[in-house]
Amino acid sequence: MSWIRNPFKRTTTQDPAGPLDYYRKLWLRLAVIGTLFFLYAPIVNLIAFSFNDSRRNIVWRGFTLKYYEKAWSNDSLMIAFGNSLTIALITTIFAVTLGALAAYVMWRFKFPFKAVYEGAMALPIVIPEICMGVAMMVFFARVNWPTDLPYPLNLSSITIAHIAFSFPFAAIVIRARLETFNTELSESAQDLGATEFQVFKDIIIPHMKPGLVAGALLSFTLSLDDFVITFFTSGPNTLTFPVKIYSMVRFSVTPEVNAASTVLIGLTLILTALALKLQNRDKELPIV
Amino acid sequence: MTSSAHSEPIIKIDQVSKTYPGNVQAVKNVSLEVQKGEFFALLGPSGCGKTTLLRMLAGFEIPNEGTIIIDGENMADVQPNARCVNMVFQSYAVFPHMTVADNVGYGLKVDGVKKKEIQERVEEALELVRLGNLGARMPDELSGGQRQRVALARALVKRPKVLLLDEPLSALDAKLREAMQMELVRLQKTVGITFVIVTHDQSEALSMANRIAVMEGGTVRQIATPEELYEDPNSRFVADFIGQINLFDGTATASDTDEKVIATVEPFGTMEIWGETLGPISLAIRPEKINIDIEKPTNGEHLSAQGTVTDIAYYGGYSNVFVDVAGTRIMAEVSNDTRIRSSTFEHGTEVWISFNADDALALGD
Repeated sequence: MSWIRNPFKRTTTQDPAGPLDYYRKLWLRLAVIGTLFFLYAPIVNLIAFSFNDSRRNIVWRGFTLKYYEKAWSNDSLMIAFGNSLTIALITTIFAVTLGALAAYVMWRFKFPFKAVYEGAMALPIVIPEICMGVAMMVFFARVNWPTDLPYPLNLSSITIAHIAFSFPFAAIVIRARLETFNTELSESAQDLGATEFQVFKDIIIPHMKPGLVAGALLSFTLSLDDFVITFFTSGPNTLTFPVKIYSMVRFSVTPEVNAASTVLIGLTLILTALALKLQNRDKELPIV
Repeated sequence: MTSSAHSEPIIKIDQVSKTYPGNVQAVKNVSLEVQKGEFFALLGPSGCGKTTLLRMLAGFEIPNEGTIIIDGENMADVQPNARCVNMVFQSYAVFPHMTVADNVGYGLKVDGVKKKEIQERVEEALELVRLGNLGARMPDELSGGQRQRVALARALVKRPKVLLLDEPLSALDAKLREAMQMELVRLQKTVGITFVIVTHDQSEALSMANRIAVMEGGTVRQIATPEELYEDPNSRFVADFIGQINLFDGTATASDTDEKVIATVEPFGTMEIWGETLGPISLAIRPEKINIDIEKPTNGEHLSAQGTVTDIAYYGGYSNVFVDVAGTRIMAEVSNDTRIRSSTFEHGTEVWISFNADDALALGD
């Protein structure tokens, strides 16, 4: 491991470490390695054992994909997966639309109590999920939200709860993107003869696009992964993927659970990477 | 068009004032006229109200008082998108998600011009700004100078009555800026459209504009041709803002003619110079109009004084020599017109400075 080389053992050809080159200090490198280890070892372990040819997650007995096949043919797990995807998709559409509108209003207009409104909108981000989950459950019970609706309407209560907690995230991402907008662009379009609506359609929406996509991926992942709020708002016939995994774990942690979790991790990773990539790309775009 | 319409100014700004919330008065009672086909500059230090005035012409700011008439039409209730003017913004504001051709064609597209005509006019406009082969490029593939040409083409393609330019050259480096100055003058002559440019750079205004309005603190101090502004400024502010100048405090009394005054200014004594202001005045003289010699000048018409060289600032083509005459600091410009110079001035050299009284002006505030 040459890159954790002790900087005190310096040869004359080495570039000497400056006082602020913390990344070249041994203690900091050890701390980073420790952090990464404790953060990712359990996950790597979980993924590795999803390929283990054994009922128990203790000893490695060889590579297999049979638990993926088993998870695939587990009807109730697959239904839960389908539910999760449906909820995430509908949540995304609503969260991005609401988030974009809220962000645009905050960015474009000045109105009384704007700060209060802005704070209230961001509240779902800071409220403990458990409180929001209980509140949602009480709310749906209070309004007698029907629980025996046909598919996919039976997912409506979960979906509404998901939209409520994920749209502020979308709004913040889109708002951040709008902050980089050069108002001379919209003035220029107007100067060239565009109406207010044409300016919005031709200039502002294209500028918002990376924010819209990032917001969509963010809400999709948040919805797909959510356990706490979903747990409180789901009925016996409306299990989502994370809730189903939880119920499977209550009996025993089988490699099947590992396999299902790995799929969830994979999906989340891909979507997050996409979101990050899009955000990085819009940093490269010139603002002018 | 009748001959009387020709003499009508294309822009008539009449007693316009603009106050921002918080009682910040950006423009105070400004009146000016811009003639058809003119290259007109609004020049002033930052915060003088020149950009606000330009934005009022474009329609982005509404005057609190006064009227703006463009091509005979009162602009009071005309939205920016319905005005017969187009603007080139300081940041160029090229739409980053559209190709160069789409950028240039945008104004025609929203006007509902037919696709074929858009294509022809876009090509023509790109040809005009010498970007003929770059129509398919995206803005992030262009240099700063090219982006500016896109912004120019995009405004000119709409064939506006007036083209407004907000500090168009401030983002370019020195060499490119000079080239673009020539280019803008060429463009303006080619298309024959009235240009109104806002700038804080006096050399830019002097080299490009037919007429310049010098602004300060929301008011217009002087409107004149570049030469008039430089040689015949009407106030200390204008004289000091345009180019370099020596200003010496003194007093003036009436002379036999209205155009001249008897000025008493230390260390030069009493003389008759051009000016109309009486009482406390500043004698203003440009550094290149001051001669500097080792020997006492023999030319009797010139006013002279002896002093010591204190500093020399070398600029390549010329040097500014600072001479201390009895406690007064005088700046004289020396042209470095030969490669090898026999007499050079050094710190501490005893010299004579002299100038023709006709080159000096008596200026008030």
